[in-house]
Amino acid sequence: MSERPPSVEPNPDPQPSGGPLRVTVDLNLCQAYAQCCYAAPDHFVLNGREALHYDPAPSAAARADIERARIACPVQAIHVEDAGTAHR
Amino acid sequence: MSGAETRTVVVGASLAGLRGAESLRKSGFAGSLTIVGDEPHPPYDRPPLSKAVLTGEIAADATTLPNLVALDATWRLGVPATRLDRVRRTITLQGGETLAYDRLLVATGASARAWPDADQARLEGVFTLRGRDDAQALRHALTASPGHVLVIGGGFIGCEVAASCRTLDLPVTLVETGATLLARVLGQHLGSVVEAMHKRRGVTIRTGVKVKALEDDGTGRVMRACLGDGTAIPADVVVVALGAVRNTAWLEGSGLSFDEGGLDCDADGYALDTDGQADTHIAAAGDVARFPHPLYPGHPIALEHWGHAVAQGARAGRILAGHAAEPYAEVPAFWSSQNGITIKSVGLTEGADGFVIARGDPKEGRFLAVYGRAGRCVAAVAFDCARWLPAYAERIAAGAPFPPEPGGVDAGTFTILPLAFPEPAHEDEA
Repeated sequence: MSERPPSVEPNPDPQPSGGPLRVTVDLNLCQAYAQCCYAAPDHFVLNGREALHYDPAPSAAARADIERARIACPVQAIHVEDAGTAHR
Repeated sequence: MSGAETRTVVVGASLAGLRGAESLRKSGFAGSLTIVGDEPHPPYDRPPLSKAVLTGEIAADATTLPNLVALDATWRLGVPATRLDRVRRTITLQGGETLAYDRLLVATGASARAWPDADQARLEGVFTLRGRDDAQALRHALTASPGHVLVIGGGFIGCEVAASCRTLDLPVTLVETGATLLARVLGQHLGSVVEAMHKRRGVTIRTGVKVKALEDDGTGRVMRACLGDGTAIPADVVVVALGAVRNTAWLEGSGLSFDEGGLDCDADGYALDTDGQADTHIAAAGDVARFPHPLYPGHPIALEHWGHAVAQGARAGRILAGHAAEPYAEVPAFWSSQNGITIKSVGLTEGADGFVIARGDPKEGRFLAVYGRAGRCVAAVAFDCARWLPAYAERIAAGAPFPPEPGGVDAGTFTILPLAFPEPAHEDEA
């Protein structure tokens, strides 16, 4: 397992809103590879060996880090959405 | 069923309702969509409420769920549905307004089981934990430096709340009527492993004893709990964690088959009436849906699992959008984190007749237990070893023989251990 964040460029935001984000992680899928913790250390933290704590409502400024974390997840457990588009 | 003239109503604006609504749209449903929720909040994520919200790592209002699909829906939040008329195909909302439906998704979820004495339940300082507002209120009480927190009920929510209290360095006692914590789900053997884990973090645990009464200080504020053994525990915050009852009361008079354990559904996911006939205009999903699961024959089950709400919600959306019903055989799965330990489970332990420690060692805090029933694997529970779990989920789905093959070349044959599940609980023994 690589200890470095993968060198994947985040997707350009299709609808740049500049607004805050909503993040959920499917913790059934999560296997604590901790790639998100390397990609966005301010927003994903492992407590103990496997308990992932994450920021469900990051600010717009974190967009690139959050997107990198989403892409880095080996089990693709991270979902990201613009808060501004929610619940239309 | 995707005609633009069709009206679909989703009753329940939490995870199953939201994922169901998204699935309707993804499945091509182009008609009008109305989502009714009894809480004023848009759909939010519940798992953090007993953990990161209580410890203050995240704010209660930060749990709002992303919706992954543009819904083009009418949201009716903060107004519960009070009646279902299947003849007229209408939902009545509190206040008397009616909504007509052609297709209906029932996703009303569950509520925390209340403390049985209503007067005591109303005392200041007594909480249940189910919704976002509950979590915010309890968080507020925990930040006011309570002298002692009492948690009643040693299930997953009770254990998580007790662990959160210790993270906040609050003195906490957990009272459980059973022989160990989590005995009903894990059996006493692993329940005692969990118990030791909580004791090490400073939780005081009283098992095999019942809280008889909550007493106030004369001003309506809770002060102490009296136990069945004659002892008392001083407490200025009490968290009642006695499980959940399904939100089905609004279905009274609908002719559907339901009780506080859920709304009965057929294997396709359609609601059943009291004659056992499916109403193909109505599907149910999430905590409220009680359905036959092919891996666990015998009696229907209602699952309070996050992943189940997602999967069954999505499936209900597909069938309501007119797609052919498909067999639902998702292996149940859930997680809990307590004291920095992550417990993950696949399958259902209920009815298991033995288990083995298939990998790791409970003494080291990292292990995987496999549960068997009549010679088949029915569940696996992992403590801090999530990566071992998917292989066992496959064995459970396949009904693989129990005990499983030894997990390593140096492993001997497994010893099947007794589970010591408690006798079926009686309602009055909460």
